[in-house]
Amino acid sequence: MNHDPSIIQSAADYLEQSDKVKDRFERLKQRPVTLEVKNLYKVFETPKGNITALKDINFKAYRREFVCVIGPSGCGKSTLVRILAGLDSATSGSMLLNGEEVSGPCPDRGMVFQGYTLFPWLSVKRNVMFGLLESGHSRSNAEEQAMQWIELVGLSKFADSYPHQLSGGMKQRVAIARALANQPKILFMDEPFGALDPQTRTKMQSHLMEIWRNINITIVFITHDLDEAIYLADRILVLKAHPGEVEEVIEVPVSQPRDPSQFLSKEFLATKRRLEELIHPAEEAEDTNSDKLNMVRMVHVDDDVPSVL
Amino acid sequence: MQIFAVRKNLRPQQRTAMTFVSFLLPITLWCLVSYLPFLWHPMIEIEKKGSVSYFKPGMLVEREVFSQEFDNALANNLTLPAGTRSNPIYLPAPHEVAAALYTSFTTEPKRRSEKWLHESLWDSIQVIFWGFVLSSIVGVPLGILAGTYDFFSRLFEPFIEFFRYLPAPAFGALAVAILGIYHAPKIAIIFIGTFFQQVLVIANTTRKLDPALLEAAQTLGAKDRSLLFKVVVPGIFPDLYRDMRILLGWAWTYLIVSELVGTSSGITWFITQQARYKNFDNVFAAIIIIGVIGLATDIILSLIGKRLFPWQRAESTV
Repeated sequence: MNHDPSIIQSAADYLEQSDKVKDRFERLKQRPVTLEVKNLYKVFETPKGNITALKDINFKAYRREFVCVIGPSGCGKSTLVRILAGLDSATSGSMLLNGEEVSGPCPDRGMVFQGYTLFPWLSVKRNVMFGLLESGHSRSNAEEQAMQWIELVGLSKFADSYPHQLSGGMKQRVAIARALANQPKILFMDEPFGALDPQTRTKMQSHLMEIWRNINITIVFITHDLDEAIYLADRILVLKAHPGEVEEVIEVPVSQPRDPSQFLSKEFLATKRRLEELIHPAEEAEDTNSDKLNMVRMVHVDDDVPSVL
Repeated sequence: MQIFAVRKNLRPQQRTAMTFVSFLLPITLWCLVSYLPFLWHPMIEIEKKGSVSYFKPGMLVEREVFSQEFDNALANNLTLPAGTRSNPIYLPAPHEVAAALYTSFTTEPKRRSEKWLHESLWDSIQVIFWGFVLSSIVGVPLGILAGTYDFFSRLFEPFIEFFRYLPAPAFGALAVAILGIYHAPKIAIIFIGTFFQQVLVIANTTRKLDPALLEAAQTLGAKDRSLLFKVVVPGIFPDLYRDMRILLGWAWTYLIVSELVGTSSGITWFITQQARYKNFDNVFAAIIIIGVIGLATDIILSLIGKRLFPWQRAESTV
């Protein structure tokens, strides 16, 4: 880890918010709470004993807020979002959606998975119509709405294509449209851009920001990419591993609306430094050593190139 | 492009060519053995009986016997028998079988009560059709249920797992006792041979459906029946279809046994009858016809499959 004094000096910079940002957060916290998670525990019973994957998770997501969940691998962020979406059950604790306790999957809580999970036998349009038909819309109504959502994600030309004809980014846009078509109160996204190449990823982030700004949706977004978290989130829920616990909730001081030029802004870098501290803390010497390759020099003695350095 | 490249496809023309070669190879072997007298040909077909009293023109005798008799006649200054090398009667030459492919259809049955070849074939196809359809009507839903719900999996699979080890032909006598001697016991044998494998194979296919699709559907509001009929069934359909093609192949293998149950019928009756008359060219023709029907059905089903599942990429339907 870097121990440059200038970094240590600025370690608390991320807490400094401009008036505009401070004001925004104050207003944000006045909004109604969409999702409230209270004392959530998840314990896995294994033959080797119980493993606590999530320990006493508490947090709130306000209406139209964008929350990112970040943490080192093994911190249970995917488990958390699966529980929130109702795909797994918590061992104890509760979650309230607009003040009402919920359990099990339901169309009020949408989900976008990393693996796209589009139905390969349905065209783009039919994929987006799926949830609408399930919730009892008539076919013509569902089709009309589906086309609007498809237009929103810019895929009108591909409405009749099958998922296998689309690129990864396009598939994920369909998945987003499909989840949004149900008009969920909250949308969970589990590393949705994790499988995309960097350019597509950046484009998708901008798309998502734009969608989020234009419709009434609260988003909880799981990622392990620090830049992505800072760029997208109002607040970042930082988890730590073994057991998964909330380490800190960071209010991102970067002003809204975001754009890629802010990646180099003071606030952005300060937040990133803080996240790095939290997620990759200066590890103990023994730990780093065990992670290194045990290399001896293995080039031929008369190799022309003496050293790559 | 290299011909022997590990796990790389040949060029399309090369692949087509190889398909022909794969048929050409055994046929060439057959031709060589049939038309080159110095290859194998363990018999002598008698042309002139000479002084040997029991030889008759057209008769096949083993080469050793012939040379003994020949030497015998030579030593005793008697008229020599003459003959040409030939293969045993059970190995007709390709052109004979090719001719039989046509003539076996046009030859009238020897007795009035006997059936023409096309009638026999039609009987066989009916038996296999009903055996397979009845098995599928029960087996496919059970397989899908067992693959979807652990309850049904535990309820059906342990017993089926046991039952599938019982050889279907073992139920022949029982089937005749219960169902009579005509088509019904034959259909039953094909049913028994297909059904138990079918349930297990389809249950496994169903279990292979990506669970993430079910989860996605659930977060979109799908529940119970809707999950089963709108996600599980369409999701496994291409694989299910492929399974059915393979299972139909298995059903064919039970056909011959099933037709021996009760009164012999269908293509098996034709084959045994022709073998009895020593018309081995017809026997070969009938066997080839079974193969052609089987392969043709599979190719047709595979083509239909490509049209049914446009979302499946080409490579997965091969």
